Amino acid sequence: MVVRTRVNGDRHEAEVWPGASLLTFLREQLGLYGSKNACEQGECGSCSVWLDGALVCSCLVLAAQAQDREVRTIEGLSDAGRLHPIQEAFVEAGAVQCGFCTPGFVVAVADLLEKDPHPSPATIREALSGNICRCTGYQKIVDAVELAATRLRGGT
Amino acid sequence: MDVLLPRSLEEALALKAERPEAIPLAGGTDLMVELNFGRLRPAAIIDLTRVSQLATHHQENGDVFLGAGLTYAAIVKELPDFKPLVQASRSVGSPQIRHRGTVGGNLGTASPAGDALPVLAAYDADVVLRSQARGERSLPWHAFLRGPKKTALAADELILGTRWKRLRGPGSFSKIGTRNAMVIAVAGLCLVVDEDGRRVNVALGSVGPTIIRASQAEAQIASVMGSSGAWQDPSTTVPDQAIDEFAELVASAARPLDDVRGTAAYRRHGCRVLARRALTWSLNERRLPTWL
Repeated sequence: MVVRTRVNGDRHEAEVWPGASLLTFLREQLGLYGSKNACEQGECGSCSVWLDGALVCSCLVLAAQAQDREVRTIEGLSDAGRLHPIQEAFVEAGAVQCGFCTPGFVVAVADLLEKDPHPSPATIREALSGNICRCTGYQKIVDAVELAATRLRGGT
Repeated sequence: MDVLLPRSLEEALALKAERPEAIPLAGGTDLMVELNFGRLRPAAIIDLTRVSQLATHHQENGDVFLGAGLTYAAIVKELPDFKPLVQASRSVGSPQIRHRGTVGGNLGTASPAGDALPVLAAYDADVVLRSQARGERSLPWHAFLRGPKKTALAADELILGTRWKRLRGPGSFSKIGTRNAMVIAVAGLCLVVDEDGRRVNVALGSVGPTIIRASQAEAQIASVMGSSGAWQDPSTTVPDQAIDEFAELVASAARPLDDVRGTAAYRRHGCRVLARRALTWSLNERRLPTWL
């Protein structure tokens, strides 16, 4: 079937197997490889995107469900090749090792900081409970979120 | 495979009548896993996320109605007064999962581990179904949930939602799992106190083929609260021995199995602990002065 949707502000239209997930559509039809394919069951969060503004696992969305809706992916965060402040904070805090989970984490962090610019450590951990990292442990990721939150609030 | 994308309830019911084999899809947290792993190849899927009538809730004549399409995130945001339901909703999956998973999905999947289900059972909720040919019908939760992953839903029907009578009194939902997020319950319990009916309702999840009401425990504690005068006077102390006995009766109502998430003995023990905590919380809450 043909799926028409808006991704990061641009209209896209592609032929897809009707049972395909939004994640497959983004990666294989649109060539947007930032959203990662790992567990395919909503456990790991590495495919996190926004669907009509809501943070979701794109592996659990049928591509057809995104028909005529608004999708925002990790590719929509950085601007003209410049890293987003959250991405910079991840690099600086050492929150990236193999990097596979990072796009999903960055999307989940962006979602958190858009809603709560001053999250407590407990709120950060709760907001990231749907994302799994198997390299770093989580402390440096939490540090990165705090660094990013400070910067986005205009601090240094 | 065909994907049907109805935009109204009428259209959805007409499509379901025409294509009774079509599998309803809402948040996809169960169905998409089956598709992704190649375990399911349905002839047709009917997407219900555009049917706005399903994503509603309202209150009328002391009843509350939750539409099947309400997500757990929406419940947490929009229904803060419904504490046990909000506690169960908060314990579902992760933020990503709560943005997609729906009450109707818990009902349709009919897993004994569906976190919303013990809450519906504790409130004696009805499940509201509709078909184009026969219109609307309501079934008590236990008649709808016929067994593990088995429901009374007819092939041409859709789940509209669930309805129950609001009760006056405290209550809670709690569950046991290996971590605080992304966890399928090893045992789950909802306890609600009905001050007007002088009842304590207790429902268990994840410890049997379907949701279980601990009727003997309910009768025991209601009677102790009657004879001790605790119904009339919430400050009356309910003896520890009666609370122990209640927890024991709740544990004996469970019908758990050994599986990868826990042993039957651990699950039964979990029910005992959850029951004691939930009852203590509610008894303490009853003692709080109303102005607090």
